[in-house]
Amino acid sequence: MSFDFAVILAKGPQILAGLGVTILIWVAGTILAAALGFLVATARRYGGRLADLVLSVPVEVLRGTPFLVQIFLLYFGGPYIGLRLDPIAAGLLGLSVYGAAYYAEIFRAGFQSVPPGHSEAADCVGLTRIQTILHVQLPEMALLVLPPSMNMAVILLKETALLSLITVPEMTMTVQAIGSQQYAFVESIVVLALVYWALVELANFLGRVAERRLSTYSA
Amino acid sequence: MTWTLFELLLQASLMTIFVSVTSILLGLAFAIGLSAMRMSGIGPLVWFARIFISFFRGVPLLVQLLLIFNLLPAIGISLSSLATALIGLSLCTAAYQAENLRGGFEGVPRGLIESAEMAGLSPVQSFIWIRTPIALRLTFPALVNEAILILKSSSLVSVVGMIELTKMAQNLAASTYMPLPIFASAGLIYLAINWIVAIAGRRAEAALPGLPAK
Repeated sequence: MSFDFAVILAKGPQILAGLGVTILIWVAGTILAAALGFLVATARRYGGRLADLVLSVPVEVLRGTPFLVQIFLLYFGGPYIGLRLDPIAAGLLGLSVYGAAYYAEIFRAGFQSVPPGHSEAADCVGLTRIQTILHVQLPEMALLVLPPSMNMAVILLKETALLSLITVPEMTMTVQAIGSQQYAFVESIVVLALVYWALVELANFLGRVAERRLSTYSA
Repeated sequence: MTWTLFELLLQASLMTIFVSVTSILLGLAFAIGLSAMRMSGIGPLVWFARIFISFFRGVPLLVQLLLIFNLLPAIGISLSSLATALIGLSLCTAAYQAENLRGGFEGVPRGLIESAEMAGLSPVQSFIWIRTPIALRLTFPALVNEAILILKSSSLVSVVGMIELTKMAQNLAASTYMPLPIFASAGLIYLAINWIVAIAGRRAEAALPGLPAK
């Protein structure tokens, strides 16, 4: 058995297009997930006991079930309740909601890390609740939530590969299609693995740079 | 959604549990091996462990499974779906568990290692009888977490032809046109198993001997 990588690399532009979709969904999905997760964490902290209880249900369900089952439920089950999404929209929504559950927990730990005296002090000098959250609590928890947030972003990058199973034209689906067209399945998967590996290591590196930057400011 | 369908899902979940438990245990053994390599101080072994851990943590499990599924037959090794699934899952979890264990090994009190040395244990004996048990004890909560992650990740082994809970749900959803209740039920079963694992993990953690003093 000989391997022929040239036929895969000849399809460079197609692979790059798939990579583009992967990165787009990943970045958009992570930003949406973090924003939604932050809102959920804030609502759980300040929305009273009922909001905390009600919101804990979706968070636990999303964290306790496989992402694959979630996207199958959304993409194949959605149309039965009038939620008819194209693959990219379903993938983006699925990824954001799934990630939001984990980000909600990250920010919850973040809120707990800020000494209560600080928000009380902010209250005393007349800051509103929103000002306190944005200008006191968020900056103070930043250093604590950054490492798990970057970690989660990397997990979400790897989860985007599953979107190929609901026919999102991202990198895994694109490269697999090239592999079967060219009868070069092994080569295509090897290339795919190497690109993901490089991307994840790059993301990890950027995360470490961000941590170093932030820790010099808050030291 | 009838009871018959739910029963089929429950049966398939036994395969999910079997694959997950086997992979976790195999992965733990591999992870201890990787940790030993990383701490051996022997250049090639250290690098092998580093690259292995980086690769299996850096590539999506789906891609790893496709790689094993396609690469091994191409180089003349043909394996069953089950073997492919177990190899894929256990190599992947080995990389994560080795990373968890790293923290555990760093947490082994220096004095204990020195005492072991003083008592005449060789470095290998000290690794097996002193450092590994303490590292495992320290990282036990991470192991429970990893078990839950693998249980969820086992949903991917359907791509190499295994029929477990997620694949069964897919098949039933396609044949009955009822994806909503079927995938929701599959999700509930995963949730229930994870819940049991989490509770059992906390119980076991409480029952284990205490942590060594720093």
